[in-house]
Amino acid sequence: MTKLSHLDQLEAEAIYIIREVAALCENPVMLYSIGKDSSVMLHLALKAFYPENPPFPFLHIDTTWKFKEMIEFRDRRAKELGIEMLVHRNEDGVTQGINPFDHGASYTDIMKTEALKQGLDKYGFTAAFGGGRRDEEKSRAKERIFSFRNQQHAWDPKNQRPEMWKLYNTLVHKGESMRVFPLSNWTEKDIWQYIHREKIDIVPLYFAKERPVVYRDGNYVLVDDDRFRLEPSDQIEHKMVRFRTLGCYPLTGGLLSEATTLEEIIEETLGAVTSERTTRVIDQEAVGSMERRKREGYF
Amino acid sequence: MKKLLRFITCGNVDDGKSTLIGHLLYESKLLFADQEKALELDSKVGSRGGEIDYALLLDGLLAEREQGITIDVAYRYFTTDERSFIVADTPGHEEYTRNMAVGASFAELAILLVDATKGITVQTKRHARICALMGIRHIVVAVNKMDLVNFEQQRFEAIKRDFLTLATTLDFSTIQVIPVSATNGDNIITASAATPWYEELALLPYLEAINVEEDALATFTLPIQRVSRPNQDFRGFQGQIESGRIAVGDEIIALPSNERAIVKQILVTDRTEQEAVAGQPVTVQLSKEVDVSRGCVLTTDTTLTTAQKFTAHVLVLDTEPLVIGKNYLCKIGTQTIAGVITAITHKINIENGDLVAAESLQKNELAECTIALAEPVIMSTFNTHHTLGSFILIDRLTHMTAACGVIQNLEQTTSIFAQQTTVTAAIREAQKQQRALTLWFTGLSGAGKSTLANEVEKRLVLLGHHTMLLDGDNLRLGLNKNLAFDEASRSENNRRIAEVAKLLNEAGLITLAACISPLEQDRKQAQNIIGEAYIEIFISTPLTTCESRDTKGLYAKARQQEIEAFTGISSPYETPKKPHIIVDTTSLSIEQATDKIMRALASYL
Repeated sequence: MTKLSHLDQLEAEAIYIIREVAALCENPVMLYSIGKDSSVMLHLALKAFYPENPPFPFLHIDTTWKFKEMIEFRDRRAKELGIEMLVHRNEDGVTQGINPFDHGASYTDIMKTEALKQGLDKYGFTAAFGGGRRDEEKSRAKERIFSFRNQQHAWDPKNQRPEMWKLYNTLVHKGESMRVFPLSNWTEKDIWQYIHREKIDIVPLYFAKERPVVYRDGNYVLVDDDRFRLEPSDQIEHKMVRFRTLGCYPLTGGLLSEATTLEEIIEETLGAVTSERTTRVIDQEAVGSMERRKREGYF
Repeated sequence: MKKLLRFITCGNVDDGKSTLIGHLLYESKLLFADQEKALELDSKVGSRGGEIDYALLLDGLLAEREQGITIDVAYRYFTTDERSFIVADTPGHEEYTRNMAVGASFAELAILLVDATKGITVQTKRHARICALMGIRHIVVAVNKMDLVNFEQQRFEAIKRDFLTLATTLDFSTIQVIPVSATNGDNIITASAATPWYEELALLPYLEAINVEEDALATFTLPIQRVSRPNQDFRGFQGQIESGRIAVGDEIIALPSNERAIVKQILVTDRTEQEAVAGQPVTVQLSKEVDVSRGCVLTTDTTLTTAQKFTAHVLVLDTEPLVIGKNYLCKIGTQTIAGVITAITHKINIENGDLVAAESLQKNELAECTIALAEPVIMSTFNTHHTLGSFILIDRLTHMTAACGVIQNLEQTTSIFAQQTTVTAAIREAQKQQRALTLWFTGLSGAGKSTLANEVEKRLVLLGHHTMLLDGDNLRLGLNKNLAFDEASRSENNRRIAEVAKLLNEAGLITLAACISPLEQDRKQAQNIIGEAYIEIFISTPLTTCESRDTKGLYAKARQQEIEAFTGISSPYETPKKPHIIVDTTSLSIEQATDKIMRALASYL
């Protein structure tokens, strides 16, 4: 008797969820952030519907501060796979010159949370897949796989729909929506092992390479373009760094690493002593900042 | 190959279950360093003393930290060399039974925490019963705080005996009782020197070793999630195999159409395979065109069938009470269909299993109910088939998940609607959220019956009621136009109005009947026909007032004997002996009279 491995079980669960959304939700979309979790999501969507292409579009919320290599990767993958890739940015924010250097936390609110809500409203999506995992952050650990959002896209942690067996309740009224997290039960290790097993294409930034960086607050930050604000004390160094998570380059810390292959990354990750969100500056602001953002409509 | 085990922990608020999981994670040295750092920080914030509080690892949400208790289901992940684990930490206090049911529905095994100083409590019984209800077959009883009872074997054995007695009424395949101390770590990771008399596995090694595989010989079932049709040549049925296995060349039955076909191709995700097994997501192509869409099931099980009515154990999850006759959406497997609760057999006391009669069910209550669906769907008992035997009820207005349930028995009738008992008058009433009544307005001609019936109806409609007005005069233009005005004909007229009112009541409507009905025996007959729904409203306006109004000029004609047998003039009006409501319109405006009737009606509606 063939038994399913731990990764097979996680894959089956995610595909079941993705198919339920495609079958039951009126206008679904898959959020695509270009990171490794998004790469896994995209891969699962391709597998779930093979030989058909995924019966929904993908949406990237572009803060305009993503790593250049991410944007290149996004455009290349969309073209190779023939999938519909929508890109939305908060043009008001762009006009006002909102940036991570001057605007701190409100930068994330305006260019990510607000942009996401705009993007979802613009196309009238009733369900949006996200790559969130419960092992990432405490508030996510308690969120349902099908996470109900009201007309303001807000999450109410005290009033979540109970989720029984695989009987997901996908019903929403007009204007309300679902955020759906097929990777809820995956850990960072599972993601890397799955990428390895399935030979999933990921952004080269995950692999160590000599890159121009500045050392700030315990993180190596990539000098990705000439918008980078150099402080008088900053010194651009060339270091072998890789990134465990990818977001906006001024907010994403790189790690010193020699890991240039997936095997080496997994080796490093399995022995990791720092969980991945530490390299995202946003969570460090205050205990519970992620929960606040989620209540306001962030993923 | 490393396998996955999903388990839940349940116990009282103070039993220390969060501490237990925190300790498992911590001692397995699999905790990430920055979470550990955050934990120390949070512990200080949480003002539970300067020491690391393992429980805070699991009590994530801010609001909960303020309350100092776990209120929802928290999931945690850890891996050992032997196995990967997903832990659902579920709440221990009574109010949140539903969260525990959520955690239990996802798990293969449950750890029940029992405080060694307190023994088996009401909560332990509740949790064990919910685990059994949700289909958990494997139980570990962790008798915690053994350090507080000096690791006494007698104490442990007594608790173990108590639990095994409790479990005789519940359907578990394996039960392991382990003495532990979550704070000290006794028998958590390794055997404790403090319990030399316990010679079995410590908690973690036991979790690594236990086999929770389901029956490998089960027949093949594949509930269809979706039909994939990218082009004319491809028609694939997508879903996850719920039981058994299937190979290319096997013959399957497509339900509910009962057509047979041969499996032509199996895709396990994007790989072509010769066979597939339970748990795998597949896309199956068949040898010939069969009628299959979402909600259908491909199977080799010839006993699997459709049913339209079933009895089930139902757990209420929503704050809205569950009531007989209310319409829900019922999701079973991949099928979603309208359904209605037709009967509540009894409530089941979650603590002791006692059966209690009930009319409606509140949040966190468990009951045996009968549910009828709008159409037959493929289903099974929960014991035979977890996927086809479990369901949720969704409130059609709020879309909240109102209840979950497991099927106990199917009623296989070909058509439930041929049997009169299925959609009862009570169900139609409940659907309209009202009590069906007949407001029987009696009184002299010109007393104000039709006027007031009309006003009362308007008020009822404004209140959201569903109504129908029967006017004696109008009915004489249709249904009763073959009747004369002699006493026998008037009695027949009366009987027909009563019968129509009764039918309208059975349809769930509040019926207003305005007819003179002068004789006590006629009103008595109406009351017998209509039954308890009959409300007699006597418009007692005296003859002099009616005659002075004479809006239709009938009294004048009667006085001149142009009309025979006119009530009050040439034919008697017998004053009702015990009307429910009396209104004299002599000195009341229409509005005041209507107010008076509405006030009096309030207790009947």
